[in-house]
Amino acid sequence: MPGPFRKLLVANRGAIARRVIRACDKLGIRSVAVYSEADAGAPYLAEASETLALSGSTAGETYLNIPALVDCVKRSGADAVHPGYGFLSESAAFAVAIEDAGAVFVGPSPRFLEMMGDKINARALMTELGLPVFAGSGAVADLDAALQAAERIGYPIMLKPAGGGGGIGMRALRDADELSRTFSQARKLVTAAFDDDTLFLEACIASPRHVEIQVLGDGKGGAMHLYERDCSLQRRHQKVIEEAPAPGISRQELDLLATKAAAVAGAMNYDSAGTVEMLRDADGKFGFLEMNTRIQVEHGVTEAVTGIDLVATQIELAAGGRLPEQPPLDGFAMEARVYSEDPRTGLPSTGLLSHLRVPDMFGVRIDTGYAQGQAVTPFYDPLLAKVIGWGTTREQAVGRLLVALKGLEIRGVQTNIPLLEVVLQDDEFLAADLDTGFLDRRRWLPFK
Amino acid sequence: MANIDVESEVQGNVWKVEVAVGDQVAQGDVLMILESMKMEIPVEAPAAGRILELRVKPEDSVAEDEVLAVIET
Repeated sequence: MPGPFRKLLVANRGAIARRVIRACDKLGIRSVAVYSEADAGAPYLAEASETLALSGSTAGETYLNIPALVDCVKRSGADAVHPGYGFLSESAAFAVAIEDAGAVFVGPSPRFLEMMGDKINARALMTELGLPVFAGSGAVADLDAALQAAERIGYPIMLKPAGGGGGIGMRALRDADELSRTFSQARKLVTAAFDDDTLFLEACIASPRHVEIQVLGDGKGGAMHLYERDCSLQRRHQKVIEEAPAPGISRQELDLLATKAAAVAGAMNYDSAGTVEMLRDADGKFGFLEMNTRIQVEHGVTEAVTGIDLVATQIELAAGGRLPEQPPLDGFAMEARVYSEDPRTGLPSTGLLSHLRVPDMFGVRIDTGYAQGQAVTPFYDPLLAKVIGWGTTREQAVGRLLVALKGLEIRGVQTNIPLLEVVLQDDEFLAADLDTGFLDRRRWLPFK
Repeated sequence: MANIDVESEVQGNVWKVEVAVGDQVAQGDVLMILESMKMEIPVEAPAAGRILELRVKPEDSVAEDEVLAVIET
């Protein structure tokens, strides 16, 4: 047992760095924030117990730089490292390097990062453990193998990188012609983006819902779920609005799925917080998509409807702590991601935040890593803030989220708030008629 | 004949340059791909012509409205 931690280093930036620092404060752990040159003015640096500068500003020089981060761990004497999400959060090499430096990686054991990082392995394991999986292939070595597998699965088909994430290198293909034309180009792109250039095929589900189950495991076979999140509103495979519970699906069906996901986490002795992502087709059939072995951007939605502090729980589990009691589902929560982008074109918007006012309202939570006067740079993702509305009904959650978005004043960069406001008043959205194509179907939205 | 400046719509980095000085391009051809906020942003030729100048190379950082290339139409 590692026992309670004394000092935790946060190997991340922005809203999640601030969130982890708050969890450390609550648990009585000293926090160490690291920061790139571009993040030197970030507000959470003053909230951390200690700070260490990283040289450079690009992600590669800083938050993806394993030797530099390990050096910070040693210099600070931290006995734990929280990787947040994105960057190195799912890197087995980073987790091993942290352990080698004598600290505890706040996340699952490296073998789970490896297991779930390979999407072909993950599919095989989940099939074996009894989760439903849509038709797919193993690794397709060349175009001939891909064409054969596609014939068996049926078109349209998704071509995916086994080591991928974030939708990079993923293609939906209509027929054999399109697969033939695309295959070598997709391979090149994937080789450039990931260490592993393996490709595989999966049935392309028309207009699916994205429903994910939050699970927790104690590494000794004990596991539980914290219900689901519906993340069907996406653009370019990036989530935009997330909510819990998933609207328009029976509680019985969702609880059955959540129980299965928890059983799977228990069966593999999973030892941290994780998310089992599923797609639901138009006939209501679920299939496994992938398992995220880290805290999610949208973890606050689950915290709002369960009262569980997921980040603190994750830290306690890493210290050998016990699982919390199963909480009841309390109310409805909805999160909107505020991105720094031109709402008409979807292009990134950078600049100085000349004005930022974050409202404080009942039933509303706003997470941001930015403060007025800070620059939004091109080096990192465009997430400015996460706004969560909670209510005793879905309508109340939507209403509070809308009011909060109107009260969130941001000047100096453009944001997608005008689009979020339109979506939150859309009839189909309010009727919970959701699927992952929802945003793309609306002509007034960017990146048609 | 006119020279047209191709400007960057965003602040970011040059990821890939797809053309060379002297190349003939059609309107809409991708001249280069920029990277900003983890997003790939293709820069297309605003008009058909010949690449007269390339002012940036891969890994250069570019400002919004910076001239990336000049096309002779």
